Amino acid sequence: MTDPVAQPETAIIVLGCPEVPVQQALALYVASGLRERGTDVLVTGNPSVLGLLKVSDPKSVYIGKTLVLETCIGEIVERKRDCTLCIVFAHNDAGIAYAATMCHLLPKSRVVVVVFGKDPEPLAAEINFPCETITEKAVHNPAQLKTKITRVLGWAVSRT
Amino acid sequence: MGCIENLKYEKILPLGASFKECREYVEKNYPEVWYVEPGYKLFDEYIIGLPPIALGIENGEKITFPYTKPCHGTYLLRIEGKEEVERVRKTAKTKKQAGYR
Repeated sequence: MTDPVAQPETAIIVLGCPEVPVQQALALYVASGLRERGTDVLVTGNPSVLGLLKVSDPKSVYIGKTLVLETCIGEIVERKRDCTLCIVFAHNDAGIAYAATMCHLLPKSRVVVVVFGKDPEPLAAEINFPCETITEKAVHNPAQLKTKITRVLGWAVSRT
Repeated sequence: MGCIENLKYEKILPLGASFKECREYVEKNYPEVWYVEPGYKLFDEYIIGLPPIALGIENGEKITFPYTKPCHGTYLLRIEGKEEVERVRKTAKTKKQAGYR
């Protein structure tokens, strides 16, 4: 049996453009799972993606704190914010650029890049910076990606 | 924090250009190229991307740089700003040594 992955104290979940449906479901799943296990979670993304999450979770039961991406990056650059775990959702070139930025700005953090969408392999191939990657072709069905994320975050073990 | 849309800019490469394409364009077309890390502040915006990020300087008064929007990807912008040019020359990490490729 694999040792359970240590529960991070703080996590930042970086979301890309909301045009790929699985991101919304997985963001709620990951944020909720981390918070349930005691992690202080911040979800960041552009105003559209945060708006979608807030409408889906009006009482903030699952997502918790949110912050607009530019502000979040500014706070990290200015050393006002950091995290133990950073999860970046990337389904386009911009997502990979944001993942590279987070890796560079958070050298002591565990960075997990979730590469998804219609054709994730070429995107994943662009990653030449130190991080963990989860790659899965996923647009509407989050099941496979959820399984992989659950495994990487160590939740599959901790729940048995 | 500013907003890039409030600045007068020219698009050099359209939205959707890859980060690699932007870097190669700058390296190929500008005699003065400086490299910065992600999070470098330019025109009051934090620059995003795969390091090293190439900035092209033109005639000491215009800067061409990649700008990333989450929904659209990356595009190359050119903005006039002598003060920013001087700041880049003083604070950027490295400068390309050779001339045009």
